[in-house]
Amino acid sequence: MSFDFPLLSLIIWLPIVFGIVVFATGNDRNSQLARWISLVGSVLGLLVAIPLYTNFDATTGTMQFIENHVWFERFNVNYHLGVDGISMPLILLNCFITPLVIVAGWEVIKERVSQYMGAFLIMSGIVNGVFASLDAILFYVFWEASLIPMFLIIGIWGGPNRVYAAIKFFLYTLLGSLLMLIAFIYLYLTSGGSFSIEDYHKLPIPLTPQILIFVAFLLAFAVKVPMWPVHTWLPDAHVEAPTGGSVVLAAILLKLGGYGFLRFSLPITPDASHYLATMMIVLSLIAVVYIGLIALMQVDMKKLIAYSSVAHMGFVTLGFFLLNAYGIEGAMVQMISHGFISGAMFLCVGVLYDRLHSRQIADYGGVVNKMPIFAAFFMLFAMANAGLPGTSGFVGEFMVIMSAMKVNFWYAFLAATTLIFGAAYTLWMYKRVIFGTIASPAVEGLKDISKREFVLLAILAISVLWIGVYPYPLTEVMHTTVDQLLAHVSNSKL
Amino acid sequence: MQNLYLLVPLAPLIGALIAGLFGRFIGPVWSHRTTILLVFISLLASIFILQDVLEGNIYNGSVYTWLVTGDTRFEIGFLIDQLSATMMVVVSLVSLMVHIYTIGYMHDDPGYQRFFSYISLFTFSMMMLVMSNNFLQLFFGWEAVGLVSYLLIGFWYTRPTAIYANMKAFLVNRVGDFGFLLGIALVLMYFGTLDYAAVFTQAPEIVDEKIELVPGITWLVITLICILLFIGAMGKSAQFPLHVWLPDSMEGPTPISALIHAATMVTAGIFMVARMSPLFELSETALSVILIIGGITTFFMALVAVVQNDIKRVVAYSTLSQLGYMTVALGASAYSAAIFHLMTHAFFKAVLFLGAGSVIIAMHHEQNMQKMGGLKSYMPITYWTMFIAALASAGVPGFSGFFSKDAIIEAVYFANIPGAGFAYFCVLTTVFITALYTFRLIFMTFHGQGRMDVHTKSHLHESPWVVTLPLVILAIPTIAAGWFIGPIVFGDYFNNVIYVMPQHDALEKLGAEFTGIGGMMVHALSTAPFWLSVAGIFTAWYLYNARTDIPGKIKARCGPLYNLLDRKYYIDELYSWLFAGGTRALGTMLWKYGDIKVIDGFFVNGVARVVALTAAVVRRYQTGYIYHYAFTMIVGVFVILTLWLY
Repeated sequence: MSFDFPLLSLIIWLPIVFGIVVFATGNDRNSQLARWISLVGSVLGLLVAIPLYTNFDATTGTMQFIENHVWFERFNVNYHLGVDGISMPLILLNCFITPLVIVAGWEVIKERVSQYMGAFLIMSGIVNGVFASLDAILFYVFWEASLIPMFLIIGIWGGPNRVYAAIKFFLYTLLGSLLMLIAFIYLYLTSGGSFSIEDYHKLPIPLTPQILIFVAFLLAFAVKVPMWPVHTWLPDAHVEAPTGGSVVLAAILLKLGGYGFLRFSLPITPDASHYLATMMIVLSLIAVVYIGLIALMQVDMKKLIAYSSVAHMGFVTLGFFLLNAYGIEGAMVQMISHGFISGAMFLCVGVLYDRLHSRQIADYGGVVNKMPIFAAFFMLFAMANAGLPGTSGFVGEFMVIMSAMKVNFWYAFLAATTLIFGAAYTLWMYKRVIFGTIASPAVEGLKDISKREFVLLAILAISVLWIGVYPYPLTEVMHTTVDQLLAHVSNSKL
Repeated sequence: MQNLYLLVPLAPLIGALIAGLFGRFIGPVWSHRTTILLVFISLLASIFILQDVLEGNIYNGSVYTWLVTGDTRFEIGFLIDQLSATMMVVVSLVSLMVHIYTIGYMHDDPGYQRFFSYISLFTFSMMMLVMSNNFLQLFFGWEAVGLVSYLLIGFWYTRPTAIYANMKAFLVNRVGDFGFLLGIALVLMYFGTLDYAAVFTQAPEIVDEKIELVPGITWLVITLICILLFIGAMGKSAQFPLHVWLPDSMEGPTPISALIHAATMVTAGIFMVARMSPLFELSETALSVILIIGGITTFFMALVAVVQNDIKRVVAYSTLSQLGYMTVALGASAYSAAIFHLMTHAFFKAVLFLGAGSVIIAMHHEQNMQKMGGLKSYMPITYWTMFIAALASAGVPGFSGFFSKDAIIEAVYFANIPGAGFAYFCVLTTVFITALYTFRLIFMTFHGQGRMDVHTKSHLHESPWVVTLPLVILAIPTIAAGWFIGPIVFGDYFNNVIYVMPQHDALEKLGAEFTGIGGMMVHALSTAPFWLSVAGIFTAWYLYNARTDIPGKIKARCGPLYNLLDRKYYIDELYSWLFAGGTRALGTMLWKYGDIKVIDGFFVNGVARVVALTAAVVRRYQTGYIYHYAFTMIVGVFVILTLWLY
């Protein structure tokens, strides 16, 4: 379809421009102004993303809303944007989460407000850029740029061990991405001087280079997802990050890795993907089982949720490499759903942390006596995290388990253990934190959630229930694209 | 008509939302009025639908498309036939009675509105479960009733035992659901749809399909599917070895013990297997497993009930044992007998639980029967309704339980599936045990001398009408529901719904001999179950009314056996050591060694250390002295020149 207005550019640059304006409000004397500008910017960012959905043509798997301008003529680098059924829902998710994060930091962040809010806005724009880029170099620039705001958010507004966590986060992900750049350069040379991702999709490559390219991509994306065994940066980063940072990290940044697999690994190296699928499935299943067991034993709420994120993202990579429609769509749904649920879980922990300044499970107990409304929300999200039908958490896991059964009984068997482990670690934490008699004078003094927190959690609750009860519209937009991707992947490029 | 179908689940859902979200604004009275009215509407609609179904109007259609993926459509839809319509009436009737009863039982509880919201939500979930026309929605309802059960067991969330019990219930059920979901996945894989009708018509085509799970060992796919689905039923319907959650669930308020943990939710597994009869009939191995599991549960759980002193726990173990009866009936292909026992059990067990609750109110929340006794004269309505329910439970001719249980025992007798002999032994001897523990409860609670303290005794009185009315109403079907055995079990009531292979059809043989309920009762007088039941009642009277000194002596003589029963065969201890402890130990090990030592310690920080070490060595060369650099440069130039020149 024709859509001449540069909508994608607007979606990318509007938050970034607002972020720069927020920076300009300067120091904390203008913090209220900074908050309001950020809120306006993020809400506008969401509003301009709505036409992306309403004008989206779900019947085609080709790129839409295309913008293509020359950037560096000499190296044939283009400012080339476009979305399909895979990237469009992720952009919407990102635009949806950003205002929530701004509101979540509203009263909580008191120092360097403008820089905090600005960083989130800029990150939002950058992440949209990652999802919309159709040029490898443009993609790479956005991809690496997204590290910087998060690095600062953890490093400046984080907890006591923030510097270690921030550097671990940065180095881990940076090292992963460098090989991706080398793979791009290789592809540039073999394709006769193109950085267009769509050209790469069509490029025939022998098996050995395919495997090498696949491995180079794998390192970049596996670290981001994160897959076992390169996941250990995530618990540290989450523990130290401020609430908003954790929300964006879990809800958005992890999805970059998953998106990478769909946009690069599968279509560019389909034969290598088939060749190494078993390895990918095994790594994913290790994430589900091994990480599920580790999550059970965590004493820090944020660490527990971080580990549970790794286990849930294991379903995403599992779904991709089962290489059938159930699996890939299930993994997509799981990514979106995980964005809501993990975001909500981290917000819930943030609500408690803001009051008691502790993330230790042992410091809580009997919170429901003082915060019944909060407990009800937390219950819903905990159940969603445990994959209860009727919540979004079920949909993706269900589809991926169904998909796994088509491939191998034992894959499905191991994946389905999440029903038990997921419920065990989530509900055990819930029991120790929320239920029981009031554990300490600090808990006695707790106040139930404010209106601001109520609105945040209610919005997420509605989203979680909506996808759980009626996921049809969500899968409908990705249907054609996924079918086309699968058809593409099943053709050898040798 | 479709709108009426929608009304049945949606009315209680609306009630749940109103009481749950706005309960604090509309207050307790309007909360219970709203929810009761809406459940009543649901009951009326269910009755109307049942009548419509009896006229032959069966409905199978979808409400909306949940998801489309690949080439599969997942629908949310209803299948309204004799089976679901019967279940709808039972569920909404018991639910309505429990709603009314709750007004009395929970009247001073601070969580009053929340409670009404939960039980209405439960009614909605249970309706979605029984009305479903596909496996997916069945699983939705299945897990949703599990959620509500979790919320209600932990209703009094400050009690450590309650919040332990609810987590245990959820997790044990999740183990069952694990199997259930894999079963569903296999169904989807082999049939390409989750729609009941489509699956059942295709089922005979895959009878010979095999699957190799471990190299060298092949399974029939249909057997694997049925056993996995049955694992789900074992969790929900609390069959050995997944029964451990049900006795602990008594930590919840009594109305929900009656509604969820006796009458409706725990029978979901039975309902499911009956619904899947076209699948289960194809696998004799699965039926054998069901028979044996059911037999074990029937017999061993009944024995435990004999030594319990907590009035609710007696009823809880009795529920386990009765669920075992239903399971045995399923295994013997007597699906309609299982559903019939499910129905009669729902009524008499609800009366027993609600009666127990009435006693507990009178006793100021004392549940130990050793501190009761002689309550008969204080609470006549509770006594007489419970007495009727006890007669039904013990299987005395004329009462509902007699007909359903007798049909099961006879059907097992005629069954020729491997394991039927064992199951027959279990269901037959358990008749005696059932009569014994049920009347032990009656005699210990209502007869003899009052053993309560003076204060409690001076306040003893019958419960208010909101409590006794449901008892009286439910006592009617407790007596009379059994009289419909002719059409329901032996007749063609379930003909289009339940499929039984001719060679399994034990009920067919029974039906041929059936001459009416009068004849069945007369015939019973000459059979073993009747005399076992009488012997049980007599033994209970002798031990717990006439010679109350004897039980103590027996207990002293049979110490180890008594302990084994009192500790419930030490299964809880075993599980908490093996599964809970084992999982935690494994989790700790993976965390401390796998993540912290190997991945982070060796690899991640190891890389950092290597870099740091290298840097420390290389740093020595950066001395900052010009002459060092100049010297290095000259050496370098020489080396390059040498290489270049030669």
